[in-house]
Amino acid sequence: MADVKKEHELIVTVSPHVRDEETTSRIMWTVNLSLLPAFFMGFYFFGLKALFITALCIISSVLSEYFFQKAVKKKLTVNDGSAFLTGLLLGMNLPSSLWSFNPFTIHVPIIGSVIAVVITKQFFGGLGYNIFNPALIGRAFLLISFPKAMTIWTEPTAAFLALDAKTTATPLGILKEDGIAKLIEAFGDKLNLYAELFNGHRAGSIGETSVLALLIGAGFLLYKRYITWHIPVSFLGTAAALAWIFGGKNPETGKMLLFAGDPLIHLLSGGLMLGAFFMATDYVTCPAVRKGQIVFGIGCGALTMLIRIKGGYPEGVMFAILLMNCFAPLIDRSMKSDVFGAVKEKKK
Amino acid sequence: MMALATFKGGIHPPDKKDLAKDKAIKEAKSPQRVVIPLSQHLGAPCKPIVSIGQEVKKGEVIGEPGGFVSAPVHSSVSGKVIAIAEFPNAMGRMVNSIVIENDGKEEWASLKDNPDYIKLSSDELKEKVKAAGIVGMGGAAFPTLVKLSPPKEKPIDTVILNGAECEPYLTADYRLMLEKSSDIVEGLKILMRILGVNKGFIGIENNKPDAIEKMKDAARNEPNIEVCGLEVKYPQGAEKMLISAITGREVPPRALPMDVRVVVQNVGTALAVYEAARYGKPLIERVVTVTGEGIKTPANLMVKIGTLISDIVEECGGFKDSAGKVVSGGPMMGFALSTLDVPVTKGTSGILVIPEEGVVHAEEYGPCIRCGRCIDICPMGLMPSMLSILPEKGHYEDAKEYNLFDCFECGSCAFVCPSKRPIVQLIRLAKSLTKP
Repeated sequence: MADVKKEHELIVTVSPHVRDEETTSRIMWTVNLSLLPAFFMGFYFFGLKALFITALCIISSVLSEYFFQKAVKKKLTVNDGSAFLTGLLLGMNLPSSLWSFNPFTIHVPIIGSVIAVVITKQFFGGLGYNIFNPALIGRAFLLISFPKAMTIWTEPTAAFLALDAKTTATPLGILKEDGIAKLIEAFGDKLNLYAELFNGHRAGSIGETSVLALLIGAGFLLYKRYITWHIPVSFLGTAAALAWIFGGKNPETGKMLLFAGDPLIHLLSGGLMLGAFFMATDYVTCPAVRKGQIVFGIGCGALTMLIRIKGGYPEGVMFAILLMNCFAPLIDRSMKSDVFGAVKEKKK
Repeated sequence: MMALATFKGGIHPPDKKDLAKDKAIKEAKSPQRVVIPLSQHLGAPCKPIVSIGQEVKKGEVIGEPGGFVSAPVHSSVSGKVIAIAEFPNAMGRMVNSIVIENDGKEEWASLKDNPDYIKLSSDELKEKVKAAGIVGMGGAAFPTLVKLSPPKEKPIDTVILNGAECEPYLTADYRLMLEKSSDIVEGLKILMRILGVNKGFIGIENNKPDAIEKMKDAARNEPNIEVCGLEVKYPQGAEKMLISAITGREVPPRALPMDVRVVVQNVGTALAVYEAARYGKPLIERVVTVTGEGIKTPANLMVKIGTLISDIVEECGGFKDSAGKVVSGGPMMGFALSTLDVPVTKGTSGILVIPEEGVVHAEEYGPCIRCGRCIDICPMGLMPSMLSILPEKGHYEDAKEYNLFDCFECGSCAFVCPSKRPIVQLIRLAKSLTKP
């Protein structure tokens, strides 16, 4: 049919021929953006040190991804925002007191970033293939390797330079060591305790303290449908229920008093909000099927409270999420999505 | 109005129907020659019954069905057979085809008006459908006669006409529903009579309110026929999704609509059935939407089967600038053409021209980040993420554990994937390298 032949270079691909505008890097950068309110509150309360620590984590995360990919001649993906996100999350999970030259601990965040990006993510094949949440492995490594430096908490002075900030204990630390009465005393009264915990005016990791700011960021992600309710609700719900059931203590004997715990204190303190909305929901390391995510969230909540109430650490969110990360592939395998028509087939 | 019928999952691609929706159906120019493939349907190819040099009339049988799951093909022009040889089809396969040079006389073999067609028996009507070579005109091109001949142990109680036209850009069914509404209703009545069914539905997506009104009006004296507005969502027009939306019945995996007592036919097919029953007219032409940002004048054309796509593109003013992709069918499930010298067949619903800047280049895809979007939207409830990861690593057999063969390749997963992964391609690869 030479007479009707036209010279065109036509592109041939498999369908579909239209695609949604969403991209992986847009998702990653949006999550980075949603963390900014909480980071800003950390900066406000803990001053320049908070900014330096977080910036140090971001820079070393991005650089270690860049140099690793260069070294093994892989495609460079530092622009996709995922190494930036790992650095930001790691920084927000560290105490601002790490910015200290005497004793010298500046190297600690750098080591954490390299562990997070190179060993946890790139050694397993890069984005999409890691089993554990990179930022949390980075933090866990640091907590075990530098137990002292990682648990020096400074008062939230809300002073820019914060040079004179005294060290203090976190609310969960006080709760574990001295009990609920001492914790309420430290904040004046119970209502003030709740209010300060909600605003973030308390000792803790840079980005975890302000529940208000975290909820703003989480609300944005939920609105954009980048995350769904399944993990946060099951995580927080389980933690609250267990805090209520097992979190109470008889003030005289010091023994466990059932159904007498204060779930609100547990929800508002530690890294629970940051973990439930921003870390447990990490796409790569949580189950992909919604019903599996509920199981995952329940597991995270239960392990968190087990560690907080019975374990050696005052805080358990990090280890809880990491332990559940191991189960995510198993959950996805055993709780597959419901195939259309298959349920009714069984009933017949 | 009642809540719109729909199914679980699905996506909302931009519908882009404005490009062609207001163009009334126009008779395409009769081409100088037609290339009529002997296999335009699912099932056995036809055997040619003409020889080179033979004169044929319009509507004359030129290929006889090669089995039960097959359908005869007819000449769409009057003229002389000049070649019987293998030619490429829209899917890129070489298919034995008959080339006929058009003498321009448009001489019909036989057309007879039988206004009493509705009094014919079920078997007589089936004979007409068979003789006319009718196949599903929504795209899959499954021989209609087979769907109308369910085994005795599978009783049918409902016929659904598919007017969803959920593929973006396409407007062929929409125009038919506007312009031939009462003929389509007649077609549905014939289908119901053949199957001995007294419940008929016409499912139409809610972005075509005027088509819904027209069809309701055409069916106003038919108490057994109900026009059903459907939520605008892709793939609303997939057979299983449509049945679930309208009747609430779910076709089990690997089963057929007849297993839930339903037969689904496209509205275009219903029209062809009507024309076959009334006039004995074989399926030799169909409406094709020529559309896309890359074509000069979008149109809905009544095209003779066998017309080359290059002729149609020329009739529509050609490409605007340089065409990046030309797709036979819709953007979600259509086939990208490597050459325009392929014929329109009974299943060609559209020709979509995507300009170069609109082409999604698939080679730059990223790893699966397990975001779960594809799982949320898969209308079949599958896990496309795993169905792309496993074949990517060569684990084809393992993909079967994730119900590989229940996928009907609607492309919704690849549409939503933020890493732009070629999920459908990987699924097809796994399917071709394993056995169900």
